[in-house]
Amino acid sequence: MPAPEQRDEVEMLSLMLLIRRFEERASQQYQAQKIGGFCHLYIGQEAVVVGAIAAARNDDYLITAYRDHAHALARGTTADACMAELFGKATGCSRGLGGSMHYFDKANHMYGGHAIVGAHVPLACGLAFACKYREEDRVTLCFFGDGAINQGAFHEALNLAALLKLPVIFICENNLFAMGTSVERSTSLKEIVDRAEGYDIPGVVADGMNFRDVRDKLSEVVDSIRKDPHPAFVEIRTYRYRGHSMSDPASYRTKEQLEQYRMDDPITRLRAQLTREGKLSNEQFDAMDKQAKETALASVKFAEESAEPPVEELYNYTYVG
Amino acid sequence: MSGEMREITYRQALSEALGEELERDPNVFLMGEEVAQYNGAYKVSQGLLDRFGPKRIIDTPISENGFAGMGVGSAMVGLRPVIEFMTFSFSLVAFDQVVNNATNMLTMSGGQFNIPITFRGPNGPAHQLGATHSHATECLYANFPGLKICTPATPRDAKGLLKTAIRDNNPVLVLESELLYSSKGMIEPAEQELLIPLGQAELKREGTDVTIICYAQTVPLALAAAQALEEEEISAEVLDLRSIKPLDHEAIFNSVAKTHRVVIAEQDRPYCGIGAEICYRIQNEIFDELDAPIARVSQEDVPMPYNERLEKAVLPSAEKIVAAVKKVCNA
Repeated sequence: MPAPEQRDEVEMLSLMLLIRRFEERASQQYQAQKIGGFCHLYIGQEAVVVGAIAAARNDDYLITAYRDHAHALARGTTADACMAELFGKATGCSRGLGGSMHYFDKANHMYGGHAIVGAHVPLACGLAFACKYREEDRVTLCFFGDGAINQGAFHEALNLAALLKLPVIFICENNLFAMGTSVERSTSLKEIVDRAEGYDIPGVVADGMNFRDVRDKLSEVVDSIRKDPHPAFVEIRTYRYRGHSMSDPASYRTKEQLEQYRMDDPITRLRAQLTREGKLSNEQFDAMDKQAKETALASVKFAEESAEPPVEELYNYTYVG
Repeated sequence: MSGEMREITYRQALSEALGEELERDPNVFLMGEEVAQYNGAYKVSQGLLDRFGPKRIIDTPISENGFAGMGVGSAMVGLRPVIEFMTFSFSLVAFDQVVNNATNMLTMSGGQFNIPITFRGPNGPAHQLGATHSHATECLYANFPGLKICTPATPRDAKGLLKTAIRDNNPVLVLESELLYSSKGMIEPAEQELLIPLGQAELKREGTDVTIICYAQTVPLALAAAQALEEEEISAEVLDLRSIKPLDHEAIFNSVAKTHRVVIAEQDRPYCGIGAEICYRIQNEIFDELDAPIARVSQEDVPMPYNERLEKAVLPSAEKIVAAVKKVCNA
């Protein structure tokens, strides 16, 4: 496995493209009623998870909330398995039993996909606790939204992590809205990162529209934790272009705000950086984008053609022997 | 080969179970409020910190949601946490972790993540602890597929069931009882491995006229009732469920087919209580065996009052069980 600093930026851009094209297909398939339940898209936030995994090792643990498609894709779950999960098929990453909000991939150290806001933050402490217990140098990456920081579970988890010096990074993807409620309306602090101070946990802010800033800030944090286990908090300021979920028209925010963030698009930005530095040609970018679109489209075909989980297996996953 | 039976307390039995499993499997650890330096709020973990050190016997702040969730997370990657709730009344603060995370994980991950965790601690009313500290939570948790629940009533069952729970690959609740911690009972020698399967009831007393189905705190009450009924020439069989989930229906049906009359003595409340489920199963499977309607003795359907006389009126008792038996036996 390559050392984090050697992760190829072009490859990371290609991953961001895959995430975006996958989400666009998911959106289309949701509207075509091929996908049930809730579906929360990540479009606009791609640099956050990709920047984070660029700073980590493949065997570091990753856990997130319900806006989780990108986290699985970033971790190496195939687009096929991700789309099939949305279709509720047995070939899905959770056998069609989890759905959009409950993606799991044990082989790629993706520990969910958790849909009760804030409730997975204690789970992240448990993952990190296990690493420390076994004297492993893994770091746990725990993602959550700005809405999670006002849940009791979040606060209990931060306090426990600090007390037990757990090797976990609490990564707040601050996209300014908890569903339809803005940060100003939900959080007493002006700066979310200041939550960390209350638990004597070091806090860092990163620009979530800038892949390099996310990767570099997280690399420093990861290195520091690997040397000496401790928790850290990183607020990553980002924006989702779509509503909270597919059913949300996002009328609580202005078109101007959305446009402003679109101008600062993380994919466009990394592309421009790489092009300027002579590391990426237009042809290369177009080929990568074409590939991403094809992979996303092929995943729809794969999902459509996959079998449903058999009803006879209904009781197979309630208990293990 | 078995050695001499010996008498120990329920508390000692639990402590032995923890010690043996911590010794046997390095993945087992105990975490909860006051379990380490204080030696346990009810002294179940007495001496374990000295024996196993702070890495494996872990004091937590008062953060039930946080440390229950931490246990679940560690179980996702193969540790085998034993999480002590100072009382299951406090587990309500961690309800989401027990129900959504520990219990749903296997299904929602498509079978990838089983959660080998034990949640244990006293459950049910004790003595004048008032409404918030007296909850009998078994009927709440029994509604969630994915959980196993046991309710030991004797030192022997406490040790054997707790050890089995820790070795189980699913989330298991071991619902102990504050009122039973100091009770004594006979048990195999310490050096003899004692494992009692989950889902296996035990006849605590044989009889022919009526079956009293009970568990946890109602077991001693049922035994006292059976003793009293003997003087009135009613022979009561006492069936201790030991596990609420899985439920040993075979043992229930066998006993009912023998006595044809049933009283269910439960420590929870009547509305959607454990007894309601058992009644349903009996009438559904062996209706023709019944010679009388089934009677239930449970708590009254009110929040627990502090006042001692009123609390007594709320709780099941040997006297209430005797009265219920007489009613179903037309005696």
